[in-house]
Amino acid sequence: MRGANALLGACGLAAFLALGEAVPRLGLVDEEYFPPTSRIADALAGELSDDAFWTALGDTLTGWAIGLVIAVSAGIVAGVLISVTPYLREATASTIEFLRPIPSVALIPLAVLLYGTELRSVLLLVVYASFWQVLVQVMYGVQDVDPVAEETARSYGLGTWARVRHVLWPTALPYVMTGVRLAAAVALILAVTAELVIGAPGLGARIAVAQTSQAVPEMYALVVVTGLLGLLINVGARTVERRALAWHQSVRGEVAV
Amino acid sequence: MLDVRGLKKVYEGSGRRVEAVRDLTFTVDAGELVCLVGPSGCGKTTLLKCVGGLLTPTAGEVLIGGRRVTGPPPDMAVVFQEYGRSLFPWMRVRENVELPLKQKKLTAARRRELVADALASVGLMDAAGAYPWQLSGGMQQRVAIARALAYEPRVLLMDEPFAAVDAQTRADLEDLVRGLWRQRGITILFVTHDIDEAVYLGERVLILSSSPTVVQEQLKVDLPADRDQLHTRVAPRFAELRTHVYEQIQAAKRGTPVADRLVKDLTDTPPPQ
Repeated sequence: MRGANALLGACGLAAFLALGEAVPRLGLVDEEYFPPTSRIADALAGELSDDAFWTALGDTLTGWAIGLVIAVSAGIVAGVLISVTPYLREATASTIEFLRPIPSVALIPLAVLLYGTELRSVLLLVVYASFWQVLVQVMYGVQDVDPVAEETARSYGLGTWARVRHVLWPTALPYVMTGVRLAAAVALILAVTAELVIGAPGLGARIAVAQTSQAVPEMYALVVVTGLLGLLINVGARTVERRALAWHQSVRGEVAV
Repeated sequence: MLDVRGLKKVYEGSGRRVEAVRDLTFTVDAGELVCLVGPSGCGKTTLLKCVGGLLTPTAGEVLIGGRRVTGPPPDMAVVFQEYGRSLFPWMRVRENVELPLKQKKLTAARRRELVADALASVGLMDAAGAYPWQLSGGMQQRVAIARALAYEPRVLLMDEPFAAVDAQTRADLEDLVRGLWRQRGITILFVTHDIDEAVYLGERVLILSSSPTVVQEQLKVDLPADRDQLHTRVAPRFAELRTHVYEQIQAAKRGTPVADRLVKDLTDTPPPQ
């Protein structure tokens, strides 16, 4: 069944690529702005053999990874503290609901004012966008602690820290994982956006350069690379999730006893 | 060993005042197995949480070995009814049993020894590496019992521990608890709504009134110490005792104690002290 699905998926992808080849060749769209698949593939091969491409890829991944780590750590710490401290949740709820919907891209002018085209502007946007994803999930997760599990832990003399570590954290972990997966995707979008708009070094900036220098196939090749990155990040995050949550109902499925 | 004196618990909240437990006084001697029965909704769980230090009583006090309970006492373990929620699904059986011992700052070698011993005495040596959710309900409750045993408590509280397992498993687990009690000499307070179970297990049965709760009657179970499911449950004395408890509970529901027609052959224990 899985093999059949993979085969179908491969057929679908092949058909899509063939369509991308045929449509410009048949003159249905302007080949100058929509090059056929083969030319994009050529351009991609060209990029892969260019050192500057790898530097740009490294810059993008650096911004993505540092931003994600900061956002995840801050989101987890803030989420746990807000949830376990009495009254803090109520006190912060309205502020969070106000700040959360602000699109990160609206902060681009601020980032430029503060840091120009440095890595730090990328980080500002990445962290702002992904922090909320994690925070909100952590806060849901902490709410999910089972009162019986909590009472069991208390009756066996587990202190506050031990209960956070052995009860609250494992309970919240599935939510945290979802938050991290969403944050990883959002962080990539924001990293590329920041580079594209602000001109901080990275794949985004390289796409902008390709566009202004009329290197259309190269531009598409770079777009394909960002897409592949997103795909890899999602697959990676899902693998980590499955490993860390092997005990969880969503992963283990129904167990016959 | 366990002294409950004038215990009262009133829940207040959102304009409603519920008196769950009015005035409970009883003692459990060291090494005794006492069952608490009462009509449903009579505040058994409230009582147990107060005894376990998980709830602060409105009035009265609970003493363990002469010391007043203000939080979960270190020499007491609780077995909850909801084993599926009380065991941690993210830990293997061994880790579940070991976790409370880590809080006691025992050495790794001593912890291993206690875990192995506790799992062996509930007959689950082979399941140490499994996750709780890979086990049947009865086995899960055995793990919870092993966790309590490994903690080496002087007092063991059991809150309707077998209410969620099937009848055959329940009979096995009852024998297990009685066997462990006789081997280890732990003081056990066993809360149940099942009258037969209370009479079968207990050395003494405390019958609670309906809410607001007081002790309706204390009954000594004068069955032989060696009990088994087959013979004890059909013994005439067993039938008499269970009938008596049943009548008391029915009376508790109506709110009037029955005129005690069995009083001549039932030796009620005198009130403590």
